[in-house]
Amino acid sequence: MEELALHILDLAQNSLAAGASLIIIVINEDAATNLLTISIEDNGCGMDSELVKCVLDPFTTTRTTRRVGLGLPLLYMTARQCDGDVEILSRVGQGTKVTATFRLDHWDLPPLGDLATTMVSLLVGRPDVDLLYRHVVDGREFILDTRELKAELDPVPLTEPKVLTFLRTHIKSELAKLHGGE
Amino acid sequence: MANKLQNLDDLRRLREETKQSMLSRHGAETQIIVGMGTCGIASGAREVMAAILEELAKRNLNVTVLQTGCIGMCEKEPLVDVVRPGENRITYGNVTPRDVPRIIGQHVVNGQIVEDLVVGRVD
Repeated sequence: MEELALHILDLAQNSLAAGASLIIIVINEDAATNLLTISIEDNGCGMDSELVKCVLDPFTTTRTTRRVGLGLPLLYMTARQCDGDVEILSRVGQGTKVTATFRLDHWDLPPLGDLATTMVSLLVGRPDVDLLYRHVVDGREFILDTRELKAELDPVPLTEPKVLTFLRTHIKSELAKLHGGE
Repeated sequence: MANKLQNLDDLRRLREETKQSMLSRHGAETQIIVGMGTCGIASGAREVMAAILEELAKRNLNVTVLQTGCIGMCEKEPLVDVVRPGENRITYGNVTPRDVPRIIGQHVVNGQIVEDLVVGRVD
C-alpha cells in the first residue's frame, strides 16, 4: 500500500462487509500539532472485545478464503513507523471506529494519495450506503455528504457511472483548493 | 465555512443529462464485478474501477458495476468479471486500466470474449 488513500479504501471495505449503511471518514492534517489523523467510523455490526484485541494481528481474519488478514495490520505498521498509533473502538450491534494517527512531518509518512478515487470506489454498486467525508487542512475544511447529493440527484442514482465520474472530478478539484491554500 | 457543492447548477444539469441517457437504454443488464479485497486494492483495482466508470460514462450502456472481496486468486488480481445476460461468467485477471476499453468494447458491447486476459470461466 503506497498511499494512505488505499488503506482508507481497504478499511472502509471492512465497514461495508460489516453491513454498514453509513461510513464517516475524517482526515485532519494539522501542522500546528504536527499530526495527521484519519478516522473511519461505521454503523455496521461491530466486534466484541475479544476480536478487537486481536484484529491488529495478521493471523486474525473473518474471511474464509485463507487464514490471514492484512488490512489493519498493514495500517498499524505504517502508523507505528510514523510515530503514530491505531485505536479501535467497537461495540457489537453499533459499529466500529478506527482512528490512525501519524506524525505529519515524518520522513516515512506515505502520501495521502488519490482520495477522490478512493471515495468514489466505495460507492460503486452500493446505492444503499452513504458516505460522509470530511477533510480538514489546518482548520479549513471540505465536506461531502452523499445523503445531500442523493436528494439533489433523485431519481438518478448516485451509482450511475456519469455521476460517479463527476463526483471524482469534483472531489479532486476541491481537495486541490484545500491543499493549495485558497 | 465548509465548501459544500458550490455548483448546484452543475449537479442539476448532470441529473437531467443522466436521466435522459438512462431512458434511452434497453435490453437486459450486464454486470461487471471488480475484486476489491486487500489483495485487489494493493494490486491496482481502484484504478481499474476508475477506468471502468470512465468508459461506461462515455458509452451509456445498460451495465451495473459491483464489487466483491477476496475470492482466493490474489496472485491474479486485479480481477474483473463480466456477466452478460444468459452467458457464462468470464473472469479476467491482472487487468490494468489500459485493458478496460477492450473488455468493455469487445466483450460487454459485442459479446466477444477477450481471450488473452481470461483466467476463469463459470457456467
